[in-house]
Amino acid sequence: MKRMLLLGDEAIAQGALDAGLSGVYAYPGTPSTEITEYIQHSKEAKERKVHSQWSTNEKTAMESALGMSYAGKRSMACMKHVGLNVAADGFVNAGITGANGGLIVVSADDPSMHSSQNEQDSRYYGKFALIPTIEPANQQEAYSAMAYSFDLSEKYGTPVLVRLTTRLAHSRSGVEMQEARGENALRLPENKRQFVLLPAIARKNYDRLVKKQIDFDQESDLSPFNIYCEGSDTSLGIIACGLGYNYLMENYPDGCPHPILKIGQYPIPKQYVRRMFHECARVLVLEEGAPFVEEQLRGILDDNNTIVGRMNGTVPRTGELNPNIVAKSLAIHVTTGSPLEPRVVVPRPPELCNGCPHIDSFVDLNTVLEKFGDGRVFSDIGCYTLGALEPFNAINSCVDMGASITMAKGAADAGLIPSVAVIGDSTFTHSGMTGLLDAIIEDSPITVVIVDNETTGMTGGQPSHARGRLEDIVSGLGVPQQHIRVLEPLKRNHEENVAAIKEELDHPGISVIIQRRECIQTIATTKKEAKKHEA
Amino acid sequence: MKRDIILAGVGGQGILTIATVIGYAVVQSGLQLKQAEVHGMSQRGGDVQSHLRIADKEIFSDLIPEGKADLIISVEPMEALRYTSFLAPDGWIISNKKPFSNVMNYPDYEKVWRTIDDYPRSVLIDGDTIARDVANAKAMNIVVLGAASRHVGLPVNDLEKAIAAIFERKGAVIVDANLRAFRAGRAFAETHKHASTSG
Repeated sequence: MKRMLLLGDEAIAQGALDAGLSGVYAYPGTPSTEITEYIQHSKEAKERKVHSQWSTNEKTAMESALGMSYAGKRSMACMKHVGLNVAADGFVNAGITGANGGLIVVSADDPSMHSSQNEQDSRYYGKFALIPTIEPANQQEAYSAMAYSFDLSEKYGTPVLVRLTTRLAHSRSGVEMQEARGENALRLPENKRQFVLLPAIARKNYDRLVKKQIDFDQESDLSPFNIYCEGSDTSLGIIACGLGYNYLMENYPDGCPHPILKIGQYPIPKQYVRRMFHECARVLVLEEGAPFVEEQLRGILDDNNTIVGRMNGTVPRTGELNPNIVAKSLAIHVTTGSPLEPRVVVPRPPELCNGCPHIDSFVDLNTVLEKFGDGRVFSDIGCYTLGALEPFNAINSCVDMGASITMAKGAADAGLIPSVAVIGDSTFTHSGMTGLLDAIIEDSPITVVIVDNETTGMTGGQPSHARGRLEDIVSGLGVPQQHIRVLEPLKRNHEENVAAIKEELDHPGISVIIQRRECIQTIATTKKEAKKHEA
Repeated sequence: MKRDIILAGVGGQGILTIATVIGYAVVQSGLQLKQAEVHGMSQRGGDVQSHLRIADKEIFSDLIPEGKADLIISVEPMEALRYTSFLAPDGWIISNKKPFSNVMNYPDYEKVWRTIDDYPRSVLIDGDTIARDVANAKAMNIVVLGAASRHVGLPVNDLEKAIAAIFERKGAVIVDANLRAFRAGRAFAETHKHASTSG
């Protein structure tokens, strides 16, 4: 069988393709982006016409994937963990409609917040929606999880959540391919009302979903992703979820003396857990992310003696695991090299690129706002969030996709006038348009600066859905023509831009300033590709 | 056989190319590999690192434990020192000499170089100058890889074949330039300080 060197994300993508995927729907977000990019670049996916275009946001991605499942085909929605918040309405209700063609939702969590605002654990979402969750521990498992999850999805007519974490998503290893299988044919659901969640129907569907929990429990007990490994030293048993298992085994190169329950499928496999608590005096829970399993095991009648893990401080409560943290939790001698020498090593935070248009946009904005004082710029998720750092200190919020506009509106409602929103073009079409409509309806005295670099920059330059239609969208929503200003953020335009921004700040209603200049990274890539075509 | 390697640098300096070359050679030789990369926010002028693990049996963790790295390969001197807690007592540091100074409080260059030099198993190489002399400025990362090549745990031939394969689509001129860069880096490490004390 063919063997390939793949990132965890790529293993998910190849696994889905080989399992008969007909479409992936996604919005870019670290660490999930490479799943969809792999399918976009796959020759085989192109030949098969597998859908792989980016969606406007995670909610539209989730719903499109559900639509493809409705039509009988295998589909997948991919996102980063906080993207699942955006998709949550469709996601939770998809649990109640159920699936027709196999439906997988992949959520890539980012414990330790390498590129995120929080480290929420998607396993809670799987439990919340009452659907099975698969958590692969390595690249090979990520690959096999896809065919397995599509089968599980079609067997029970349920969506399946696949949970990744950063270190698996972005780590490469050899993966053995399996025989690829064909896609499903178009096939409508047998029950034409399955997807109609009118209360009377939803209640029936929900009863069915609740009844399926017994099946899901059984599947967990029999799952190849849940393994009980015998061990002679039963003074301690170890429950290791996902990557926690790898770090555990790293510390026992000659084999672990304690019984291990390796968990890769939820609901938690109850029979194995009972067996472990029957056999072992104490149980250590190692999980990447929140104490999801530990909390359920402890309940509220916990004796605080038998179970150890993140909740009693044996493992740090927050942040990702690593081999050393796991070693400490097992009281294994921890190796370390020479400590970091602060005299010769200083932090090197990320920064805007040389020549980045956002730099000029922030310089323009800071000049205008100088006379109003600090604290009135609400911003959003993207490269421009780096405007919070030195030397700009230009923004005062970054909460979730689209929050800049709505928070500026709320602050203006409270009397903070002028209030300014700074949002990127791709973030604007992702989740800014609806908030802008709120501000238009009330003609709120806010100034929305769309820093339009004509791409989705932070995640690597994916095409922006706003490209070529930003003025039309803004004006179509109802911003008056004379208060839509298009500027070019360049040093030589500084005076002119400052004057324009000042005029709009003085305007006592809604205005939108588009600071448009293409990302220097995508310009470089476009040039390179053009050169390649010439050659 | 086991080799745990930390690759370090600043976003955009080309550490992933080094990882790709070593990765290719590992896969060709039938060894196991795990390689954890940094993507996303920190790529923008921030510090980036990659954990590269090679072994002849199953590798569990994608991350190298502290104190276990056999080798730190860095294309920037301060970045080499950021990961010394990962270095094994008998591990090597191979670092490019030219600082990438994009922070206001970048430490004194001499102090940074001296700290690397104080490691008994270390090579500090002016990869930028060597790359310009024998190939082109872009090949600095391959010069540094050349300087580290004796410690990677793979036959030199396999690494050269990997360089040829990785740069193949850019044409024979680029392949040759990178092979020259690789050999110049390797030659430097063989003739310079510390490197003579170990094989």
